[in-house]
Amino acid sequence: MYSHFPLLSVLIFWPMLAGIGLLFIKASFPVQYVKKWAILASLAELIFCIPLYQHFDLTTYEMQFRETHAWLPMFDIQYALGIDGISLALILLTALTTFVVVVASCQLVKKNIAQYMAAFLIAQAMMIGVFSSLDAILFYVFWEAMLIPMYLSIGIWGDQQRSRAAVKFFMMMFLGSIFMLIAILYLHSVTHTFEIEKFYDVALPVSTQLWLFAAFFIAFAIKLPLWPLHSWLLDVHTESPAGGSVVLAGLMLKIGIYGFVRFSMPILPVANKIMAPLMIVLGLIAIIYVGIMAIVQHDLKKLIAYSSIAHMGFAVLGCFMVYSIIHFTGDHFEAYMSFEGAVVQMISHAFNTGGLFLAVSMLQYWTGSRDARDLSGLAKTMPVFAVFFYDFCIIECWFAWYFGFCW
Amino acid sequence: MGLSVKILSLMVLLAPLVGGVISGVFGRRLRPRGAHFVTITGVLISFFSSLYLSYLFFFDYAVTQSFPLYLWATSGPYHFMIGLLIDSLTVSMMLTVTFVSLFVHMYSIGYMKGDDSEPRFFSYMSLFTFAMLCLVMADDFILLFFGWEGVGLISYLLIGFWYQKDAAVVGGFKAFIVNRVGDIGFLLAIACAIIYFGSTSYTDVFAQLAYKSSEMIRLGPGLSASLMTVMTVLLFIGAAAKSAQVPLHVWLPESMEGPTPISALIHAATMVTAGVFMLCRLSPLLDYSPITLSIILVIGALTALLMGLVALVQCDIKRVIAYSTLSQLGYMMMGVGSMAYQTGLFHLFTHACFKALLFLAAGSVIIGMHHEQDMRRMGGLWKRMPITWLTFLIGALALTAVPPFSGFYSKESIIEAVHHSSVTGASFAYVCALIGAFVTALYTFRAFLMTFHGQPRFDEKHQVIQESPWVMLFPLVILALPSVGLGLLLVHLGVEEVSSFHLTELSPAFIGIMCAFYFYRIHPSAADRAKRYFGLFYQLLLGQYGFNEINAIIFVSGIRRLGQFAYRVVDTVWIEKYTIQRISHYFLNISHFIRGKHSGSLGYYALCMLGGVFILIASVCLGI
Repeated sequence: MYSHFPLLSVLIFWPMLAGIGLLFIKASFPVQYVKKWAILASLAELIFCIPLYQHFDLTTYEMQFRETHAWLPMFDIQYALGIDGISLALILLTALTTFVVVVASCQLVKKNIAQYMAAFLIAQAMMIGVFSSLDAILFYVFWEAMLIPMYLSIGIWGDQQRSRAAVKFFMMMFLGSIFMLIAILYLHSVTHTFEIEKFYDVALPVSTQLWLFAAFFIAFAIKLPLWPLHSWLLDVHTESPAGGSVVLAGLMLKIGIYGFVRFSMPILPVANKIMAPLMIVLGLIAIIYVGIMAIVQHDLKKLIAYSSIAHMGFAVLGCFMVYSIIHFTGDHFEAYMSFEGAVVQMISHAFNTGGLFLAVSMLQYWTGSRDARDLSGLAKTMPVFAVFFYDFCIIECWFAWYFGFCW
Repeated sequence: MGLSVKILSLMVLLAPLVGGVISGVFGRRLRPRGAHFVTITGVLISFFSSLYLSYLFFFDYAVTQSFPLYLWATSGPYHFMIGLLIDSLTVSMMLTVTFVSLFVHMYSIGYMKGDDSEPRFFSYMSLFTFAMLCLVMADDFILLFFGWEGVGLISYLLIGFWYQKDAAVVGGFKAFIVNRVGDIGFLLAIACAIIYFGSTSYTDVFAQLAYKSSEMIRLGPGLSASLMTVMTVLLFIGAAAKSAQVPLHVWLPESMEGPTPISALIHAATMVTAGVFMLCRLSPLLDYSPITLSIILVIGALTALLMGLVALVQCDIKRVIAYSTLSQLGYMMMGVGSMAYQTGLFHLFTHACFKALLFLAAGSVIIGMHHEQDMRRMGGLWKRMPITWLTFLIGALALTAVPPFSGFYSKESIIEAVHHSSVTGASFAYVCALIGAFVTALYTFRAFLMTFHGQPRFDEKHQVIQESPWVMLFPLVILALPSVGLGLLLVHLGVEEVSSFHLTELSPAFIGIMCAFYFYRIHPSAADRAKRYFGLFYQLLLGQYGFNEINAIIFVSGIRRLGQFAYRVVDTVWIEKYTIQRISHYFLNISHFIRGKHSGSLGYYALCMLGGVFILIASVCLGI
């Protein structure tokens, strides 16, 4: 059933090594080989995902493709990997998105392309690491390491105000991570292990749960981002290069939801149940209030940035409505559906927002502007592009598809 | 039998899709001629298959069939099957849709000639036909909703087809937004079906109706309503947006910015009737909710009367027909609301034929007048465009419900049904319907006379006005046939009961026609006098009762202001400036403070160290 081949490790280390390799090449190296190398590396990653999908057993909720090795035994830290359905979906998404980003960047990026590609390949490795770690410290390491390539990509390849945006991004993220680290260390002091699955078995008193929830909440809500912790996203999106926006919106925001699903909800069931109304309200604020703000934006990138906050609001709503559905109707199937809706929402958002960000970046590249007031009649000169742009916008509008069923 | 019903219906459904996709993807390589060929072949296959299907159903007594196609999704205990339901209602809708679509396709060859994105246009039209067929052939809410959204999307794309025109883009956008309002209602109704019936299939929902009908839903504190009422009201919100009922009608007049064939196909014959169709399809649900029926009846009556009145003061020939469509949709809704679903559908079919005919004839006039749509600059066209004149007249007579034209039978049976209905509000609706019939005749013949008769009001010397090419006239002639005879045919076949001739219901139409002749032929000055006499009312009609203004004030600028407030004040100032930047300033200040202490002066360091040592010793000694 389970292959003993360390497939997840390959998925993590292959892009990492490929990216590090790119960092060491000389500046005089021909650019087209760099591009080819990056495309091949990300394509290979995508191909490695095929056996992962094929051998994934859909009938069980157990963790699969486990790999466990001692890493720092004196601190109970392991190198433990494993995936379930949500991780699988997100890993596939990561591989695909990175491939698209790499291909698109060949055109859009002019300066230091080897380093740019390296940043995205390494970021991909870190994200797959986040989605597959079963050890809290390993998770934390990947979580933090992911920030470095993202920070650099914004800071080096961004627009005019890039360094401010990069610092803001890093600071906000780091603030969240610290709280998460504290929560993880506290859990370790109770359980004497860092295995995430062992955390699930701990029954903590309610007050402790609430404190831990607050810590996790800060970490994941900043990542998501939930209102009112969303202000970094706008700066980052408007300043970051095309690939940065796509990866950020398509993948990194999902890590926030993933965090809630992997840590907060199973470890702290009571606290989550108590706080569910708050989360639902925050989700609704994100949908309505942020949606209204999106309407008045002229800058297309800001518009999409706001709309991705709104979409993440839907995902949060879907996750946390589970509690209120069970509370009010006791119907587990509908709760299940709501949760499933959140996951579907997450995946589809990655595609359409990623597509939109790429499209807007191309617009900016060709026309020099991304202000909706400056652009019109483009369908005449760029018909194929217009069709795709329409498509993404329309998909964006149809987000309600799945969510109608939640309530 | 030869071909089975399943194969046939799949052919009906998929042929336009294939044609549309081919023409859309390879449009540039196909050139306009190739695109015409591909799409028209697709619709032709579809039309003949539905013709054969209707033969099977109406003459060969085929039985209702439903067959699942594939499993769309499963979620927990719910399985969402996509399937088709073929019964006589579906078949008649299929026939109407493909018939009108076929001739509109053909007509568009002439109308769109020379436009540089013709393949795109034909591709959209075929895809629209596919989506509309999905809507009518669906066996479940999912496919129904897919078709519903599909037609809405393509309607949006086609209204904005001439994207260089600002008004077209705005019109498309408006249609899209207003339809989203209805979609929310529809989606919530589907959610109700899933939650309370555990299925999205019509059959499953209808089977459970009897014992679910008494279930109550708690809407809020101290407020509850029966499940059926909630669900049907939600459905009606969806239907009202799609079928442009007051107050969600504002998008339809704007949609006239699209090319005229589109107005004929989408905004008269098929898409706008989707709401009526959906309510008829789900009529077993409506039967359980008298409240919803009353709402439908009253809204339908208001739409029929108010929108008919607006048509009286319009000068754009397409807008007159658009408002008349609104008014006729109101009649269909009245038929549904008085529980006479059959009559609503009957009017839907006849209306599809004669309204498509009117629009296409208007399109022929517009092309003949070199894209002039203002009736004040027309007149006396009957000599120059005799076939257009004749077909327009047939359409007008059918619309006015003059016997034996098709519109007479359908409208007559609706008015009869409303008259005998026991639903609350029926007497109000009956009065509206009668006045509406008079108004219909008046505006129809006003448009007819202004366009085709009287003195020419255009520059005769510089404009060569001539009849349209045959590729446009042929569809007109074909569509004129059912406009004359469909009612008679259906009554003859016994599908509809023979209506008796009631003087009360006939006279408004004749009085209306006579008034039109009086005002616009015999005494043109009387119209101006009437205009002055009813000045206030006239202004009200010109402003379309201010619906657009109300929307603009409350929704458009209200939401924009709210958004600006949220963005400029809450987000940029409160959250960004007062919270996040302030926190970072605190940290900066702290580090500035500490940096100040690192002055580099050794004496100061030594002093601090000494102080620290004292404190340390003191704390150890005191045992703290």
